[in-house]
Amino acid sequence: MKAPVTSLGTAFVDDGRALPGGHAALDRSPAKVFLAFFLVVVTMLFVLLTIAFLGRSQLPDWRSLTAAPGGPLADASRLWFNTALLVASSIALQWGRVAARRGADAAMRKGLAAGALLAIAFIAGQLWLWNDLAARGHAVASNPAASFFYLITALHGAHLAGGLVALAVAFARVVRTPARSRAGVDLVATYWHFLLLVWLAMFALLASPPSTIEFLAALCGFR
Amino acid sequence: MPYADDAPLHEPRSFVTKYIWSQDHKVIAIQYTVTAMAIGLVALVLSHLMRLQIGFPGRFDISAGEYYQYVTMHGMIMVIYLLTAIFLGGFGNYLIPLMVGARDMVFPYVNMLSYWAYLLAVLVLVASFFVPGGPTGAGWTLYPPQAILPGTPGTDWGIVLMLVSLAIFIVAATMGGLNYVTTVLQARCRGMTLLRMPLTVWGIFTATILALLAFPALFVSAVMMLFDKLLGTSFFMPAIVSMGRQLEHSGGSPILFQHLFWFFGHPEVYIVALPAFGIISDLIATHARKNIFGYRMMVWAIVAIGGLSFVVWAHHMYISGMNPYFGFFFATTTLIIAIPTAIKVYNWVLTLWRGDIHLTTPMLFAIGFISTFVIGGLTGLFLGNVSVDIPLSDTYFVVAHFHMVMGVSPILAVFGGIYHWFPKVTGRMMDERLGKLHFWVTFIGTYAIYFPMHYLGFLGMPRRYYESNYDFIPQSAHDLNAFITIAALAVGAFQIVFLYNLVWSTFRGKPAGANPWRATSLEWQTPDTPPVHGNWGARLPVVHRWAYDYSVPGAPEDFIPQTVPHEEVAVGGEHLRAEAAT
Amino acid sequence: MALAVALVLIAVVAVLFQFASPWWLTPLASNWKLMDDTLLITLVITGVVFVAINLFIAYAIVRFRHRPGHRAAFEPHNRKLEWWLTGITTAGIVAMLAPGLWVYADLIAAPKDALVFEVVGQQWQWRYRFPGKDGQFGTSDVRFVSAANPFGLNPNDPNAQDDVLVAGPEVRIPVGKPVKVLQRSLDVLHNFYVPQFRVKMDLVPGLVTQFWFTPTRTGRFEIMCAEYCGTAHFNMRGHIVVEEPERFQAWLAAQPTFAQLAKAGAAAGDVGAARGRAIAQSRGCLACHSLDGTPGVGPTWKGLFGATRTLVGGTQVTADEAYLRRSIARPGEQIVQGFAAVMPPADLDEQDVDAVIAFIKEIAVAAPAKP
Repeated sequence: MKAPVTSLGTAFVDDGRALPGGHAALDRSPAKVFLAFFLVVVTMLFVLLTIAFLGRSQLPDWRSLTAAPGGPLADASRLWFNTALLVASSIALQWGRVAARRGADAAMRKGLAAGALLAIAFIAGQLWLWNDLAARGHAVASNPAASFFYLITALHGAHLAGGLVALAVAFARVVRTPARSRAGVDLVATYWHFLLLVWLAMFALLASPPSTIEFLAALCGFR
Repeated sequence: MPYADDAPLHEPRSFVTKYIWSQDHKVIAIQYTVTAMAIGLVALVLSHLMRLQIGFPGRFDISAGEYYQYVTMHGMIMVIYLLTAIFLGGFGNYLIPLMVGARDMVFPYVNMLSYWAYLLAVLVLVASFFVPGGPTGAGWTLYPPQAILPGTPGTDWGIVLMLVSLAIFIVAATMGGLNYVTTVLQARCRGMTLLRMPLTVWGIFTATILALLAFPALFVSAVMMLFDKLLGTSFFMPAIVSMGRQLEHSGGSPILFQHLFWFFGHPEVYIVALPAFGIISDLIATHARKNIFGYRMMVWAIVAIGGLSFVVWAHHMYISGMNPYFGFFFATTTLIIAIPTAIKVYNWVLTLWRGDIHLTTPMLFAIGFISTFVIGGLTGLFLGNVSVDIPLSDTYFVVAHFHMVMGVSPILAVFGGIYHWFPKVTGRMMDERLGKLHFWVTFIGTYAIYFPMHYLGFLGMPRRYYESNYDFIPQSAHDLNAFITIAALAVGAFQIVFLYNLVWSTFRGKPAGANPWRATSLEWQTPDTPPVHGNWGARLPVVHRWAYDYSVPGAPEDFIPQTVPHEEVAVGGEHLRAEAAT
Repeated sequence: MALAVALVLIAVVAVLFQFASPWWLTPLASNWKLMDDTLLITLVITGVVFVAINLFIAYAIVRFRHRPGHRAAFEPHNRKLEWWLTGITTAGIVAMLAPGLWVYADLIAAPKDALVFEVVGQQWQWRYRFPGKDGQFGTSDVRFVSAANPFGLNPNDPNAQDDVLVAGPEVRIPVGKPVKVLQRSLDVLHNFYVPQFRVKMDLVPGLVTQFWFTPTRTGRFEIMCAEYCGTAHFNMRGHIVVEEPERFQAWLAAQPTFAQLAKAGAAAGDVGAARGRAIAQSRGCLACHSLDGTPGVGPTWKGLFGATRTLVGGTQVTADEAYLRRSIARPGEQIVQGFAAVMPPADLDEQDVDAVIAFIKEIAVAAPAKP
């Protein structure tokens, strides 16, 4: 291999690498890099929502979701149930992904289908919860914490719905040409687990007692 | 395994798949550019209507409500739908694959979708002109509570359509942006290390990362404002008595909106500026036949500016009523960001020093950029310094500053870039005489418009005023406004010369050949001009050197393309080799 | 050549402009001279840089223009020069930032003995309040705002009773004494801006914001709103008069207190015109409709009742009761020529409309008292 001192102007800028193929900064497929950056964007979205939540929570008219009896999340069991559905959905997708890697196409298809159905059940469960809250007097404009609850669950649900579209596309490909579609299944599974993590974080935030919220708000400089 | 060589690029066959539902980055780039220019012309006309009222108050049938609608739509269109779209969607789409040696963007289908989503966003925005109440007149910054209250024009439908349009735009920008960063990171051809990429790519790449991280803040604030407007929530709306009526909202924080908006808004100005910086570096290097001075420092400066741009946002909020102690922090970070920016200016100027300067049209625009960007950036130092900002904020000083630094200089970079790359896109040269004429009128004209405007700000003339008949404002200031209006109308109208040149040259311009500027970077080394689908023919290029081997001592020509291997060009000078080895 | 000449001219004209320009900072009327000084330092430093760079470029493009046989140098970088330039720039930045932050530290800490008064902003008018003899402001809330209580003061708070209420648009303060301005908004963002004082701050609904200054000379200064607040943002006018302390005290003593106004309001009871005036003030009508004939966003009410007006399109109407009622409830239907359709429907009930019309009738007959 020739020494990296080449054209005069470049030696000091040339990092000396000359890979045999093209140049890629990361040892990943472009699709994975694409998804990784997209996950960063979505993370940014939910981080900003969290910061807005914490900032708003310190204003005088805030009523905790959890603390007041009869409050929106005084009984969070419904949310736990929905969360369980989402966890199951991720497990199903993971199973599908592992099956895809093994080449077990039938198992892969079952995993994807189960994951999709469980995710749809989660969304239905969230909508049911909205309905229940509104009926109990906690409509979207009733108080700011409730507003954030609806906003955050809506945006998370919308991202999950978008994921279902991607899952449907991946599933259609998988049915037609199983060999070439495993990468797609892999990406969808990653996205699913990511949305689960986002949900767990948002759930933790929304269901936090006032003391936790105050602590987090203080960390952000809102107190 | 890099994408570069092995993905099958299916060849489009019909007119529709070649030019309409095209997945080719070059076609998409032109679609973005044409759409951005079209909506930009609308915004230009809106600015003329505004200036007619400012310069000749009451003489034209423009009401206060209409005036504020023009102000708002002009601003929003120019910043988002013209500048962001043209730098990222136009220049980014066209140049990135060509400059890094790829056949196309990594995901051409998503790339195509991003254009059509952008177009949809534009159409939704235009629709707001035709709904009851007209477009929103809330100012491009859309501050609540006034943006969604009666007393501001367009609060029935206009503001809703604006917010929806922005949300769609953000989806489009995200789809496009993910493509650009993935292509730059993963689809470079052999030999194209990151530090061999031209600065145009570095500028657009960094700007894209900023866009990906900053637009979510605009998205969140837009959705929350939509909730406040349509669902009656109180994210941003405190208790209000509006036009004598107690509203249902209470407890919200208008300042929360401002934080979210400017957390997006400040990186946004660098999303516009960084690609301009990159383009200017390449224009100067090529037309002065000299490597860009301090390439590594330039890259570092772009990245540093990008990073710092996220910690300066509240310099837009010094008098917002936010916690006053924030002022110390943000004034400091803002003035720090001036340092890498200044370094870039020095390096451009030092590139000219001891260069071999050809004053072609692109070079004229590049130099015009430096001059106007310098004054724009320097006036930013007044506004960044918190206590100096306090008397000047919300006056014409701010308007003059941001027009110079966001309006004039990036537009000069756009023009310079178009004159420079037009021969690559079409295979023909733009008319040089018309180009120079266009430059002179635009350059001198924009100075005539915006330089004196700073002094109206020193005087204390507030911005966003439909009329300014106050005693402390002398008649001479009103006369100056009339002068500025006339200059603005003239410069605006004169842009027709550019449009004429663009269209005429596309069909009748002098054939350019593959590399009329004798440039080193990869886009000029395509086998076909204009480049065909797939860009490079059967084999991808291989890169052996950085993008700035101009006037290398001992080389036979005053430029060495990036694809030329070292063995082929004899370069002499032992002392230079020795220096290079360290 | 042409571009070099142009750049030199730009630099020269810029400097000449600075000295010849009739437009400069309005003469200072407050203690914030240091702000002006810092601005001047910034101007000098940035001015020098601006001129230097333009001249440098002009020189370079002449000296290093392309000519046959001329070749560019090859100079990828010059570490020493780059570090020097970074250093000098940093020094310049510090030279501007340091005084700026020094002044700012003063700015955010109002003196303890400052005279305090409150500015209340609403679309599109100013009102002012002084704390009264007890030196305490009564609490306030937007929920208390009504035609009879336009300041939204808490009627149950004893501290509010002696608060001095100035219905605007003119307020007075004594010269030579630091004054702290507390600010409240009833609706949207506003900004209390007097160019001669230099300092300003947004009014934010839901918050109380503040700033301080010491007026250093007497005079009558215009107040402008400096944060976009809707269609009549440019017309949210007021005046602040700085005068000798004795005259100020006399003026202050002559202003009504909250208690006095409440009593007067109760006494006036349903008397139409007086109540109509109060409604017109509290609902912001007077922000656009003047009482003395001054042109505004909307037609003046002076001499309105019974007069003939020309509408957009040419038809003539008589401004009788029916017309006034229509114009209040559905203003968009009949627009007077020369004005724009910006008035939102005024949500008044029957009695309030009667009162306002009674007021308009009254001022058609007599000259209006100062609001």
